[in-house]
Amino acid sequence: MSHPENATEFLKDQAKAKWHDETLWFVRDKRDRISKTIPEWEQLRDLASQIKDNVLVNLASYLEDFERNALQNGIKIHWAADAEEHNQHVLRILQEKNCKAIVKSKSILTEECHLNPYLEKEGIEVVDTDLGERIVQFLNQPPSHIVLPAIHLKKGEISDLFHEKLHTEKGNEDPYYLTQAARIHLREKFLGAKVAITGVNFGIAETGEFVVCTNEGNADMGVHLADVHIACMGIEKILPRRKDLGVFLRLLARSATGQPITNYNSHFRSPSPGKEIHIVLVDNGRTAQLAREKFKNSLKCIRCGACMNTCPIYRRSGGFSYGSTVPGPIGSILSPGLDMKKHSTLPFASTLCGSCSDVCPVKINIHEQLYEWRQEITKTHGEFGKGLSMKLANGIFKSPLAYKISGNLMRAALRALPDSMIYHPLNTWGKSRNLPETPTETFQQWYKKNRP
Amino acid sequence: MENFKPNVALFIPCYVDQFYPKVGIATLELLEKLGCKVSFPAGQTCCGQPLANAGYERDTIGTTRHFVELFRDFDYVVAPSGSCVLHVKEHSPRIPELEQEQNDLHHKVFELTEFITDILKVERLEGRFQHRVGYHASCHGQRGLRLASSSELNQIPFNKARKLLGNLEGLDWVELDRTDECCGFGGTFAVTEEALSIRMGKDRLEDHLHHQVEIITGGDMSCIMHLEGIATREGQKIKFMHVAEILNQAIT
Repeated sequence: MSHPENATEFLKDQAKAKWHDETLWFVRDKRDRISKTIPEWEQLRDLASQIKDNVLVNLASYLEDFERNALQNGIKIHWAADAEEHNQHVLRILQEKNCKAIVKSKSILTEECHLNPYLEKEGIEVVDTDLGERIVQFLNQPPSHIVLPAIHLKKGEISDLFHEKLHTEKGNEDPYYLTQAARIHLREKFLGAKVAITGVNFGIAETGEFVVCTNEGNADMGVHLADVHIACMGIEKILPRRKDLGVFLRLLARSATGQPITNYNSHFRSPSPGKEIHIVLVDNGRTAQLAREKFKNSLKCIRCGACMNTCPIYRRSGGFSYGSTVPGPIGSILSPGLDMKKHSTLPFASTLCGSCSDVCPVKINIHEQLYEWRQEITKTHGEFGKGLSMKLANGIFKSPLAYKISGNLMRAALRALPDSMIYHPLNTWGKSRNLPETPTETFQQWYKKNRP
Repeated sequence: MENFKPNVALFIPCYVDQFYPKVGIATLELLEKLGCKVSFPAGQTCCGQPLANAGYERDTIGTTRHFVELFRDFDYVVAPSGSCVLHVKEHSPRIPELEQEQNDLHHKVFELTEFITDILKVERLEGRFQHRVGYHASCHGQRGLRLASSSELNQIPFNKARKLLGNLEGLDWVELDRTDECCGFGGTFAVTEEALSIRMGKDRLEDHLHHQVEIITGGDMSCIMHLEGIATREGQKIKFMHVAEILNQAIT
């Protein structure tokens, strides 16, 4: 389904759509307030953007540094050109360890690679340990938001779900009670997993270490109890130096949820005695995106989700309306690079209001890239009708006479036609909106008459 | 100001020409009151924005060439629209044989309120307008041309339209809950994403209605046309005026 169809469906439940909008606006507002307590906020954004620019220009050498230093630290490195290879690496490690059940903290990359169904098909139980992710996993849904995976669900729905899956009291919607039930359930899974998977927020080229940020401490819980830690990392997650972290950790949580910092920022440098750390470095379309001059800086994204919270479209259409792993504005500029045909309506799911670019902590020009993707998509997927009418319009607009004739015809028609025709169901503008009253003369006509 | 009488060309967006001639007239009269020599070059058409935003920027070369040729010889080009000005400056395709003229022109095209505050350097306008006014910040002017500080950024608050309207005697400027959220017009978005467009428009309207706004004003008639269309369909009594209309009416 296309974005407009999905959005229309989402908006049918008006009360829920309003709640969704207000819930995410609350997060956006919190982000605004905390960002304004940092006098150097805009300089931080500049700096982060510049550091990421440097990373993109020198990505190959930073990756080599990262690999060399990580190897020296005793970490095992695996390179994956695409999702399939990533999944194969993970499966092979699990098979070597004879592991049948794993715990996984939040990793959008593994969602992108569809790791869970891949492993489940091989008979491996995958348990997402982030509370929101566990909730959507119970429902067999993908996350609807990259930071707040279950933001589309209300307390009551989670209560019903937990009653069914975890046998909590029917109708008990107390968040503390429900969270305790999830903790008890997850504790068992943590204790039983020999291998833990995490994502990576930042990989440091200079030291070969990496940082994982969570609010629930679930990444740490999983990793410390398991013998093997597999960290799945997109190749764009590199930072040059450890000291660059200070810039990004200050921006990340404030942008994401309006917190000063994520509760757990765990640095992993080398495995404990007797344990193993593996890093799977994944390309999966990233180098192709890097080669696209107009779109490469989408790779600066640190996955804070601020552009989703601020987007007036996302807030009113929900994460699933995008049909892509990363929804919202940033997803709409990343996804067409992976499959332009499938995601062709996404760059049009925007008014180009520019709010996404202004909240972005690494200053990605998201709305400008949405505009640029439109130019690309119409070249290959231009519906014949639309293309033709646009060409006609250009013919009209470059010729003053043609513009005048068509304008006069249109205004005359609007004045003469009965409302039943103007507000015909095929006239989408008029479904819920009136047209302006048609004046008797245009400005051009007035000017000619009054300022001869 | 005394000796500064710039030769200003009026750039009237096509939908203003066709649907809101009164906004064109107000803009013309206002600029004249402020001491400008204003003319309206004949033969204006649409700037090409609807095509470009729909993904057909490459089909606007003819339109763009026409625009450059029409306006190149003026000191300034002023439009009562942030959106069309932004399009001309940022999204019109390069015309190879007119590159220099195009670059020069882009430095001379202004949205009305920024022209008054930044070029005419008007610090305050004297006049009366006794109404409760809500300001709709159209996104392309707001975040594209930076006509006002954006709520997302950590910057010193400013608003060029407010600077001009705020001094009018009796004008009651209303603070909204969401100062600069999009109204959902978005050009072709208004029809391709109709359900969302309407929802966004209704939400914007509610913010104004909730604060007992009498008149919604703004710098772009496209957004106003959308909001007004929803308001009239729903039988709301709230009124709509372009900033130029208020200023022209208020100052004598």
